[in-house]
Amino acid sequence: MLGRWQTRLFSVIFVGGIWTAAITPLLPSRPLPPDASRLAGLYVVTMSAVGLIAALGVVLWEPLWHLLQQFRWEKDWPPVFFLLQAVPEGAVVHWVLGRLISGGILGWPWYLLDFGTTWLVIFAVIHGPMRVVFLRWRFRGGRIL
Amino acid sequence: MAHQALAPASSLGELRAIPTWSDHLVGGAGIEIQDVPFVTVGGGLGSFVMIDLLRIAGCPVSKLRVLTALKYPWQNYEYLTRVSQIPPSGRLRSDSASCPDNIWGFPSYAVREAVSAGNLKGFLAPLWNVLTEDVLCDYWTPKAGQVFYAMKREADRIGYWETVSNGQVALVHKRDQGGYFTLLIPPAGGRPVAYRSRFVHLAVGYPGLRFLDDLQRYRQNYGDHHRVVNAYEPHEHVYHELNRRGGTVVVRGGGIAASQILDRLISDRTAHGHATNIVHLLRTYVEGAHGPSLFMRRRGGGGWAYQGFNCPKSTWGGQGRARLQKLEGQDRVQLLQTMGGTTTARRKRWRGQLDKARREGYYRALAATVEEVVPESPGTVVVRLRPAGESGTVELGVNFIIDATGLEADLSSHPVLDDLLDHGVARRNPLGGLDVERSFELRGGRCGPGRIYAAGAATVGCYLAGVDTFLGLQIAALEAADDLATIGFCERIGVARSIAQWWKWARGRQP
Repeated sequence: MLGRWQTRLFSVIFVGGIWTAAITPLLPSRPLPPDASRLAGLYVVTMSAVGLIAALGVVLWEPLWHLLQQFRWEKDWPPVFFLLQAVPEGAVVHWVLGRLISGGILGWPWYLLDFGTTWLVIFAVIHGPMRVVFLRWRFRGGRIL
Repeated sequence: MAHQALAPASSLGELRAIPTWSDHLVGGAGIEIQDVPFVTVGGGLGSFVMIDLLRIAGCPVSKLRVLTALKYPWQNYEYLTRVSQIPPSGRLRSDSASCPDNIWGFPSYAVREAVSAGNLKGFLAPLWNVLTEDVLCDYWTPKAGQVFYAMKREADRIGYWETVSNGQVALVHKRDQGGYFTLLIPPAGGRPVAYRSRFVHLAVGYPGLRFLDDLQRYRQNYGDHHRVVNAYEPHEHVYHELNRRGGTVVVRGGGIAASQILDRLISDRTAHGHATNIVHLLRTYVEGAHGPSLFMRRRGGGGWAYQGFNCPKSTWGGQGRARLQKLEGQDRVQLLQTMGGTTTARRKRWRGQLDKARREGYYRALAATVEEVVPESPGTVVVRLRPAGESGTVELGVNFIIDATGLEADLSSHPVLDDLLDHGVARRNPLGGLDVERSFELRGGRCGPGRIYAAGAATVGCYLAGVDTFLGLQIAALEAADDLATIGFCERIGVARSIAQWWKWARGRQP
């Protein structure tokens, strides 16, 4: 569990955070006046999403995925499971965001683009480059520290 | 013959009897002494990944020496896979990210296969397979040839070949002033050399392969090595004869080698059309999913216990490994036995083949113990077996018996290990393997500032389950390298070194 939590926090905050910071200016807000306050509003939404992926992951999702993993003899988590996690996690983050931030300035298609690409980037990093940065990470159940 | 090279002939025996050697003793026996800080004995995959790790950790080639009878590290492995029916184009039972040429496992073999494909289908197929493995597809596994090619490239990159001294290691003994002597008998009449080192690494592979007792008795009593063969020795004549005339063959064992052999037999039968009948004998017939609890259920069926790899995947780096690391004695043995046992991979192709063969009546699997094997008329042997749960015996007249049980011999059948056990440098763990620390240092083997490590099959029963696998060897090497880094022999591979070294790997540059 400790490894799952550490991996979640690192990958979402650093990898997901950097990616989200990079793509947020490319997302349109609704309506779309290109002024700084709108961009700041966008950042509030997208970074809140990143924060929610991390927080809900630690509190809710990782314990659940860990429990489900116990039914697998191999006690592994096939890559496709990681991709499928995006469906419930993305839906819940969107639902919570809608309640936290009034106005819903990011429409569904753009939310899907933001969340989906962030998820894919995290997926790509933890299934490869993460092992280069943290050599022992994969031998220690995902623990970084 | 090797002993005669050490004139006088009795010297080796005398040296063997002396637990701790001095420089004077060795020099006095007329043996040349060479100094090198780190010696690895074996020269197979275990030695290769150890040298690879130490080179990545900043050790120059001059501080490392591989003592081996092998021409190249994967020679023995290549031989064993080939005779057990995995040609270079065949797929191993190994994870995509278990890369003996690449400690990072990135890019994985599946990604490399995709990138090297010449067409879109070839590009997408391995990626789709590895993405959906064990859910929509079987586990993706690399081709043997791909792994060998990658190791060759890595061996060239790290200067592996410069570290090799060929010959047969006869003994490893403690040195009175600390460290060890490793006695190498060079091939073809060369003078023996004693390598004086602070560190020794033992990666001697399987101590030996063992036959089932009844088959061993048959071969000893009747001298017939033609009708009764081991899966891990050359036995092409079996397939050639069956392809010419058909016949009945008994395959014994429920592991991956048995699966490979059945694949070959059924494929040949389909291709050549001769009536080959297969009797598959299992000690335990697995009916279905099995295990001690809801959370420890392994798939099974048709006689087989199914598992992706040699051990559950989590034993290399997940909760399986974490649990094992905390356990001692019988608790560890119990967990290893629960997770271990004989298993094979659950592959669609194999299940399809066996279903078809069962339907057509030329394959049957049964649980039985063999009472006796005796020769009959020329070309046949009789197997007297006792089906499980029955009191009577049944006799089968068959043309060949293939032992694919893969029994491993005891440590004591390896002369170097036997000698180390005799002198108390090595001890046994509760499962009979070498007793090693979590760092893979031999428990109780330290000599002054010297440390002795082990890796591979000989360490079975230690804090890691899949010790005789690619990743198991790499984990052992990493643990040993980390331990060596704590005493300043090499650098610890931290974040910066790891990234820098991977970049060198990616560009094919020396470490």
